[in-house]
Amino acid sequence: MLELKNIYKVFNPGTINEKKAIQNLNFTLNDGDFVTVIGGNGAGKSTMLNLIAGVYSVDQGSILIDGENVTKKPEYKRAAYLGRVFQDPMMGTAGNMGIEENLAMAYRRGKSRGLRWGISNAERALYREKLKMLDLGLENRMTNKVRLLSGGQRQALTLLMATLQQPKLLLLDEHTAALDPKTAQKVLDITDRIVSENHLSTLMVTHNMKDAIRYGNRLIMMNEGNIIFDVSGEEKKNLHVSDLLKRFEDISSDRMLLA
Amino acid sequence: MGGILASIPGATAQGLIWGVMALGVYVTYKLLDIADLTVDSSLCTGGATSAMLILAGFHPIVSLLFAALAGMAAGLVTGFLHTRLRIPAILAGILTQLGLYSINLRIMGKSSVALLRQPVVISLGNIPMALAIGFLVIVAVIAVLYWFFGTELGCAIRATGNNRKMVRAQGVNTDSMKIIGLVLSNGLVGFAGGFLAQYQGSANVNMGRGAIVIGLASVIIGEVVFGARFNFAYQLSSIVAGSVIYQIVIAFVLQLGLSTEDMKLFSAVTVALALSIPTLQKKFTKTKIAPVAAGKE
Repeated sequence: MLELKNIYKVFNPGTINEKKAIQNLNFTLNDGDFVTVIGGNGAGKSTMLNLIAGVYSVDQGSILIDGENVTKKPEYKRAAYLGRVFQDPMMGTAGNMGIEENLAMAYRRGKSRGLRWGISNAERALYREKLKMLDLGLENRMTNKVRLLSGGQRQALTLLMATLQQPKLLLLDEHTAALDPKTAQKVLDITDRIVSENHLSTLMVTHNMKDAIRYGNRLIMMNEGNIIFDVSGEEKKNLHVSDLLKRFEDISSDRMLLA
Repeated sequence: MGGILASIPGATAQGLIWGVMALGVYVTYKLLDIADLTVDSSLCTGGATSAMLILAGFHPIVSLLFAALAGMAAGLVTGFLHTRLRIPAILAGILTQLGLYSINLRIMGKSSVALLRQPVVISLGNIPMALAIGFLVIVAVIAVLYWFFGTELGCAIRATGNNRKMVRAQGVNTDSMKIIGLVLSNGLVGFAGGFLAQYQGSANVNMGRGAIVIGLASVIIGEVVFGARFNFAYQLSSIVAGSVIYQIVIAFVLQLGLSTEDMKLFSAVTVALALSIPTLQKKFTKTKIAPVAAGKE
């Protein structure tokens, strides 16, 4: 579904702030994989997602989505294949527009937009039904401006928007990190349900190691712009937070030795 | 006092004409979140185009269409500078504005042209007629804007002014949306320029100076007086009402003896005060909850 081949990305090259964010990254995500991504700050998790989405262009290497080389495609064209939810709940929705207007924007992802009316009554029925499944009461507030919603509600709505048109790949960039624990849990449950119901290929970045183990069928750990640990299936299920912590410690001690 | 009352119909007609321009400013400033300074010159480009075409024997209505097209071309240049060449929007607008000054002089061949005894669609020589035509045009423009910003494309433009990252994630080219918005906005401003030139019977190279400020004043007055609420058509209408109020206030202070040389200073101070209302409200009304801060709808 997704192939990353020999990816390199350097920020601020040639300056004192030079940062080798991604170095020779190779990664293949199989159809239907739900991969959780962990790693320390600056490990390259978010950068990897942003490179896939086309927010940044790669310095070297190629990105294939469903066999198609999208390396040179701009962000808005790649959006046809991708559903995205960001860490900041404000980022995924247009606050000054209504809930249904936001959904109508998402419903047309990957399609041409012309002078047809921006939202039809048939769509409204569909949105109402989808919102009902979130179980947040949003189906009764469809014309409310999104800025009136809480962070958790906005993330749930963004998640719905990201999957309204089935994406080839769902990118979740710490999408529960800004929420309180209870709300985060609820959004994660909704995520898990939507992903499994639609058999979505998913990359979920998280800082919560328990969640990384509990959700998905595969886990990767990143460090210094590369993948240093990749487990799936039974082996992943049997992981413990302590195993992951130990690996983190190993990395840090390596760093100490090098220093 | 009688003089003030007598000046109201004329000021209202002028407010309707400037209202078309204010709607153009609203499209960029409020919907697209870009302060586009192109309008200070594109208003004159429209006025000059319309005046010269009328003098060349074109029908005044046809000349208005070309005035709108000329404004759209100006918006396209600003859009190109901003999106393709990555020049900050405010600077891109200033550059187009400055360049247009020369172009406007070229169009007219001199700094002003008069439309003496020429056919026009609207004129201050017949105020009741000017009011009727101004009103009809405003209704038509609001209807078209209401429709356009309800379409898929219009929604994408509104969303672009709201959250560009989200819009790109939904597969929309935000650069194209900005260009369309700038073209549409300056098309309205160009049309308003042609309309204004016909109304006052002349076009001159300084006719658009401070237009952005007048546009902003109309948007803000409209929101403060009528509130940014209800539907989109109401909001658009409130801007035109804001424009009319602004022109009446101007007529009023002129009657009170403010000299025309001091007009621009008066306008600048008024708009600066109006723009600072949300901040001042927050500062001085700590106890009671401020109504939805004006200008932040």
